[in-house]
Amino acid sequence: MEQIQFSKEELERYSRHLIIPEFNIEGQRKLKAASVLVIGSGGLGSPLLLYLAAAGVGRIGVVDFDTVDASNLQRQVLFGIQSVGKSKAMAAKERLASLNPHITIDVHNTKFTSANARDLVRQYDVVADGTDNFPTRYLVNDACVLEGKVNVYASIYRFEGQASVFNELLSDGTRGPNYRDLFPSPPPPGLVPSCAEGGVIGVLPGILGSLQALEVIKVITGVGDTLSGRLFLFDATGFTTRTMKVRKDPRNPLNGENPTQTQLIDYDQFCGIGVPASQEREVEAIDVHELHSWRESGKEHVLIDVREPYEFGIAEMGGDLIPLATVLESTTRIPKDVPVVVQCRSGARSAKAIRQLEDVHGYTNLVNLTGGILAWQEHIDPSLARY
Amino acid sequence: MAQLIIPTPLRKFTDGQGIFTQEATSVKELLHALASQHPGLKPHLFEDSGSLRSFIRVYVGDEDIHALDGEDTALQPNDEVSIIPAIAGGA
Repeated sequence: MEQIQFSKEELERYSRHLIIPEFNIEGQRKLKAASVLVIGSGGLGSPLLLYLAAAGVGRIGVVDFDTVDASNLQRQVLFGIQSVGKSKAMAAKERLASLNPHITIDVHNTKFTSANARDLVRQYDVVADGTDNFPTRYLVNDACVLEGKVNVYASIYRFEGQASVFNELLSDGTRGPNYRDLFPSPPPPGLVPSCAEGGVIGVLPGILGSLQALEVIKVITGVGDTLSGRLFLFDATGFTTRTMKVRKDPRNPLNGENPTQTQLIDYDQFCGIGVPASQEREVEAIDVHELHSWRESGKEHVLIDVREPYEFGIAEMGGDLIPLATVLESTTRIPKDVPVVVQCRSGARSAKAIRQLEDVHGYTNLVNLTGGILAWQEHIDPSLARY
Repeated sequence: MAQLIIPTPLRKFTDGQGIFTQEATSVKELLHALASQHPGLKPHLFEDSGSLRSFIRVYVGDEDIHALDGEDTALQPNDEVSIIPAIAGGA
């Protein structure tokens, strides 16, 4: 560590670290010598990257395949309006380079997959998981366990957040618990909606991502006790926090007593994604162009919108609002003698509404609007707000 | 009375209710009382075999029931029981 030197500018920049007795220049040297891979530069990744760069982590890798969308700016504070439409990983590099020119930023403008995960993880000392779906959560965990890297974890849902430190190298030479010790397998698809579907209060990823940055810095410097072996929970609605114990599970398939998994797997399959929902039958459908021509030609039909009132308030296309949960009791508003087009945000809930109405009330005149109001906005009416 | 904290993703099955309070002598009794009051919750708590699903953890205080007596873990009158689900958001 003695060979890590600082310029005058760096010493001044990091002076508030250097004067903490427990941290001092030794902690700063460890940060400068360290490399961190941040997977995802969204809600969690934004504060993570900003604080790690500001703190002086010597080399930071950013993995993201996405581009910046206007709906990201409510929480992804790494980006500004000039970033909209740009590659997130590239926009992140520009922002971080302007924040701290004394560090290196590696751009990985790619999806994090079973094919590249281990190669990427291997190039860094610590991994921070800022991803947003179960398949990638398990992929990040497994790649870290197989490559012997620490996985600093946080996740959020609406007003709730969780954080932990997985697979940390402990003083006795063993590794702390990992994600599979906590949750051996994921919930079925659809039970826990993503932020895109379920929404998220914008400050929450800011809080959890900042906690993650803190834990990354503690892992690197050895200052304090990390969240290894503990799960931190935050519920913003009641402002309650809880910290639970996490123990190793001897049945862990990666590093339990009888490991059965020695390489990465297909995580979409593991999480039940892409497996056809055989019990859900297809429903009749039309696309937005066809509905548009129905309207232009004056063809008789009724449009039913099965979204929630708060969604209707963001954007609507002239349908009669009957939220999915109430369609079965609202049959007086849904005729049986003219074509009825059923619409939601993207087409899934409206298909469900049609199946329910057909099964319970014997409707035969219902058609689903493929792609929902999002497709209508994209192809027919760009003046509507997307959400 | 033991208090059970219901996490946000499962509150859609409890009419938005976040805390369930009930006289119960074991974790199992408490969870089954919750599930019988809110039947929609049952498939999200239990496998068909009756065991707890693998994407939720149940804690008494800060301790995982797996490290205690599992679902048979005895409850004291003021115990706080938490259901902790896997969540994945972050973008």
